[in-house]
Amino acid sequence: MAETTYKTPLLDELEKGAWPSFVKEIKMAAKRSPMANDLLGQLEHSYKEKIGHWKHGGIVGVMGYGGGVIGRYSDMPAEFPGISHFHTMRINQPAGWFYTSESLRQLCDIWERHGSGLTNMHGSTGDIVFLGTRTEELEPTFEELAKIDFDIGGSGSDLRTPSCCNGMARCEWACYDTMQACYQLTQDFQDELHRPAFPYKFKFKFSGCPNDCVASIARADMSFIGTWRDDIQMDQAEVKKYADDGLDIQRDVVDRCPSKCMAWDGKELSIENSFCVKCMHCINVMPKALRPGKDRGCTILIGSKAPIVEGAQLSSVLVPFMKMEPPYDDLKDLIERIWDIWAEEGKNRERVGEFIQRVGLGNFLEAIEVEPIPEMVAHPRENPYVFYEEYYEEDEGEEEEAEA
Amino acid sequence: MAKTVEEVADLMFNMVKDAQGQKKLKPMDLTKAMIEQYGDEVDKKLCKAAIKQLINSGRCVYTYFGGSYVELPHREGAAND
Repeated sequence: MAETTYKTPLLDELEKGAWPSFVKEIKMAAKRSPMANDLLGQLEHSYKEKIGHWKHGGIVGVMGYGGGVIGRYSDMPAEFPGISHFHTMRINQPAGWFYTSESLRQLCDIWERHGSGLTNMHGSTGDIVFLGTRTEELEPTFEELAKIDFDIGGSGSDLRTPSCCNGMARCEWACYDTMQACYQLTQDFQDELHRPAFPYKFKFKFSGCPNDCVASIARADMSFIGTWRDDIQMDQAEVKKYADDGLDIQRDVVDRCPSKCMAWDGKELSIENSFCVKCMHCINVMPKALRPGKDRGCTILIGSKAPIVEGAQLSSVLVPFMKMEPPYDDLKDLIERIWDIWAEEGKNRERVGEFIQRVGLGNFLEAIEVEPIPEMVAHPRENPYVFYEEYYEEDEGEEEEAEA
Repeated sequence: MAKTVEEVADLMFNMVKDAQGQKKLKPMDLTKAMIEQYGDEVDKKLCKAAIKQLINSGRCVYTYFGGSYVELPHREGAAND
């Protein structure tokens, strides 16, 4: 096929301007792929009618797996036969999204042999997304992927494909090895990834520092954000160099500190580290002068989600500090306790954050055998959840007195 | 006496077969039902292995309709030829 066979005046508008255009990419693919060509035709039709023409499948997949394939069918198969079936496959990405050019070529070759050739690198889950194939091509694609050591990712009510920032591989702020933790937990929880057994989806995301480049605090049911618990490392000579080079340390660093834990006398910067909330602002502004402390690990947060059944939520702190070192036994034990109670008591399509809101954090902590502590904050200096035993004892005492 | 994986898989298969077309069952529904009916003869680990066997043998499949379920293999309504 030399050119696309559909007139696409509405889609053509999306090729204009300085931005990358998915229309341009689909048109390039359409020169070789009848599926991509019919995709253009149906999309133009949808834009004209302002009606979507996809049907959601619910059964297609590969043998033994319950996730990783999202069934799609056109509701206009006679007009657009190339996309009569147009299933999506989620492929588990390498930790940190590192590839060799050879493996990228292999992935693309496999997808050109078995699907539309269109990919999304990467989906919001982090997976490699293969867009558009027929049911009978799913198993052959899976087999070829297995031969080059790639596996399908998660979808449905399972552990979604864990993702992480590239951490220590490229970033000097990484407080733990995100790629190792992500890889290890992916390997250890293969059953949960491929065999949906939860009330709804569950996501892990690993960020090496509080800059949280993978936005785990907003997108993961369980967020692992690198942090430190000693003092910020400081080089006063470098601080002075920044000042000499024109940085207004008072205005751009000290005044912007959310916990006001810094002071600048024009010569020396001082930090009251016990007040620091690890926002990273000062470190980001003066990377040569300031660094995270040396006693590093991660903060584990729980409960964030995008709005689906209920509104959006951010994660709140569950474990203020944990050392992140293989084989991560304490971490795996905590995760399994959370899954146990949520899988058993969670309602259908209830995310773990919604479950915690329904049963109350106090009850949830009791069920997973974690003691409530003041550092379990929803926001810095805001803790609506802590319950102290003595309050209960006082209440009980008062009740007893009233009854008497 | 503790049940075997095969026995639990058969019991679960019958549950899925009886519910087909009437109620979609999640893996945890099957597990809870087994524990409720057979008490100490089964546990979560055994139930997990039984579901795995049901799926790997092709007797049941995972399906997705807003959540994930275990059903008998069937042609889905949305499918085109």
